[in-house]
Amino acid sequence: MNVINAHSQGLLNSNIHGNFEFNGQYYFQDSVIGAPDVPEKFLNNSFLNLNYEYQDFYAGLRYESYRNPLLGFERDYTGSGIPFWFVRYKKDAIEVTAGNFYEQFGNGLVLRSYEDRGLGYDNAINGVRVKFTPIAGVTFKGLVGVQRNFFTVGEGIVRAADVDWNLNESIKKWKDKKTQVILGGSFVSKFQIDDDNTYILPENVANGSGRFNVLRGGWNIGGEVAYKINDPSYTNGYIYKPGSAVLLTATYSKPGFGFNFGIKRIDNMSYRSDRNAVLNSLIINYLPAMTKTHTYILASFYPYATQPNGEFGIQAETFYHIKEGKFLGGARGADLSINYSRAQSIDKQPTADPTEGYTSEFFKGGDEVYFEDFNVEFNTKIRKDLRMILTYVYLNYNKDVIEGRPGFGHVYSHIGIAEFNWKINTKRSFRTELQHLYTKQDDGSWALFLAEYSVTPHWFLAGFDEYNYGNDDEDRKFNYFNLSMGYTNKANRISVGYGRQRAGLLCVGGVCRTVPASNGFTISVTSSF
Amino acid sequence: MKKILIICLLLSANLAFAQENEKATSQSIPDVALKNLSGQSVNTSTFSNDGKPMIIDFWATWCKPCIEELNAINELYPDWKKETGVKLIAVSLDDAKTMNRVAPFVNGRNWPYEFYIDQNADFKRAMNVNMPPHTFVIDGKGNIVWQHVGFAEGNEEELFEIVKKVAAGLPLN
Repeated sequence: MNVINAHSQGLLNSNIHGNFEFNGQYYFQDSVIGAPDVPEKFLNNSFLNLNYEYQDFYAGLRYESYRNPLLGFERDYTGSGIPFWFVRYKKDAIEVTAGNFYEQFGNGLVLRSYEDRGLGYDNAINGVRVKFTPIAGVTFKGLVGVQRNFFTVGEGIVRAADVDWNLNESIKKWKDKKTQVILGGSFVSKFQIDDDNTYILPENVANGSGRFNVLRGGWNIGGEVAYKINDPSYTNGYIYKPGSAVLLTATYSKPGFGFNFGIKRIDNMSYRSDRNAVLNSLIINYLPAMTKTHTYILASFYPYATQPNGEFGIQAETFYHIKEGKFLGGARGADLSINYSRAQSIDKQPTADPTEGYTSEFFKGGDEVYFEDFNVEFNTKIRKDLRMILTYVYLNYNKDVIEGRPGFGHVYSHIGIAEFNWKINTKRSFRTELQHLYTKQDDGSWALFLAEYSVTPHWFLAGFDEYNYGNDDEDRKFNYFNLSMGYTNKANRISVGYGRQRAGLLCVGGVCRTVPASNGFTISVTSSF
Repeated sequence: MKKILIICLLLSANLAFAQENEKATSQSIPDVALKNLSGQSVNTSTFSNDGKPMIIDFWATWCKPCIEELNAINELYPDWKKETGVKLIAVSLDDAKTMNRVAPFVNGRNWPYEFYIDQNADFKRAMNVNMPPHTFVIDGKGNIVWQHVGFAEGNEEELFEIVKKVAAGLPLN
């Protein structure tokens, strides 16, 4: 009943909805921390999405403006326009999209087009896509297009197809089986003209994968295997070796307990629609890192992203709810999670013919550790109105490999964080974070203090200071002070701030970008309507 | 010329705000396919709660205020259900990197909500969400009647006031 009602409402009142975001910063030169002089003084990124729905049609567009792009975003964004628009038609078993769209097959190992505006990442496909669901549990997808590259598109063409098959939903006899099986397969091919005078470069490069998930009780075992034919590119040093990726995961959970294990092997799996593209441009696939995404400021100093040219990764994690009255459970219960992850090199033996790159024994790992993370988080209420979260993190960060700048070696750090969240009354709350990062490498140790005061439903005021007290250089023991306040009304939010930002790597949702040091006023407006 | 265009767009965004307050009741849930924790595909247009209100909450395992919000509601949820029959649908924005953490994460915390994964943010885009946490209240007829972005302790009280009004069929504001 509900569904019919909701649907008929949509028919009668077709509507425009969307969202808007504006991020601006006024910059001061601050040569001691390395914040450059910005000739424009003020830079901003903004966008507006509009979506329109009418009967079986759905259309949308995004206006984007970078005048000029904020520091840390690629300068190629400079400009404004409507790089994203689409029309979609959906009726019964068929869905057709023309224009720009985002898509992901399986885990993304062979194809994922995706956006993260906050990181300046957008590899939307411009073309057509058809989805077809002939029977429940079976979905076919097919698409052809080119990829977005800032305000233009790349020259390579992407053709792709995928099938997703849930056996239990589609086979009558399987409907009530305790074991659930989901299978899938993808095929992607890219085309780019060979304009090289010396080498014969492959113009069509195929990349395919198969995947499965088996679920029973609290268990979910899954995996995906991908294989790519020869694909010489700037990223892999123009070698002709085929690529492969293997991803296996197992999770188990029941009320109060959860467990997650993953293992993967990546071998020469960079896949772009332009073989000469660099940084985050024109990437067709996604190679997820098997690491926890940290959110505390000091714990995210040294983040990790998958090394597409070769990596062996492993992760294990457990979640446990401690009942009240039990050891560490206190009077109100507690949540405990322990996580370990590690990424290291794969075996690589050089070949006689350098254009072949290397040979690699599948089960033999390499010697070089890229990243290691062990962390424990304990979350409890020590009083009815006071929550405490304690975190310990150990990180081993191979700066040479991860940042691609040899000569630094590994950074070993121990991070301890205590957070207290005090609900003063139904309107007011106070939150504080005490963070400490200990390391002998890089810039040495840091301490951070953060305080945030909120008055619901509208206001917040927050400040934090990062202090690089452990820097070996007496003159570089800087304070990075930040103050911000904001006003929220329903889905509209405006915040202003002033502060110093240290240079570093900023990662959200597994994608990272380097942010330069800066000093200045910031303003941010977001709205959803 | 471009400046004028930006100003026009800003103005139209403002107009849209103004309209939102008057016409907020007419938006239904867009139709997007999500995965539940058993890997089955579920269309968001089938979300229903037998004529009672629903809360749709966008969150992620890497979003701290989101976890605070779901923790805060967790303690009050049995009372909320008893009083209004409300159901909370938690839509995770975790992608392939952290997606496998979602089931053990929520079960390990004993969270009682209905969970879905929006792996490539299709539902996030369709619902015009800028960033999590973003919370929507849906009335018994399936219309989006209220939304809020961000979380601080105490926001859950305001949310429940809205849910009570919606459950009783009272106008908001």
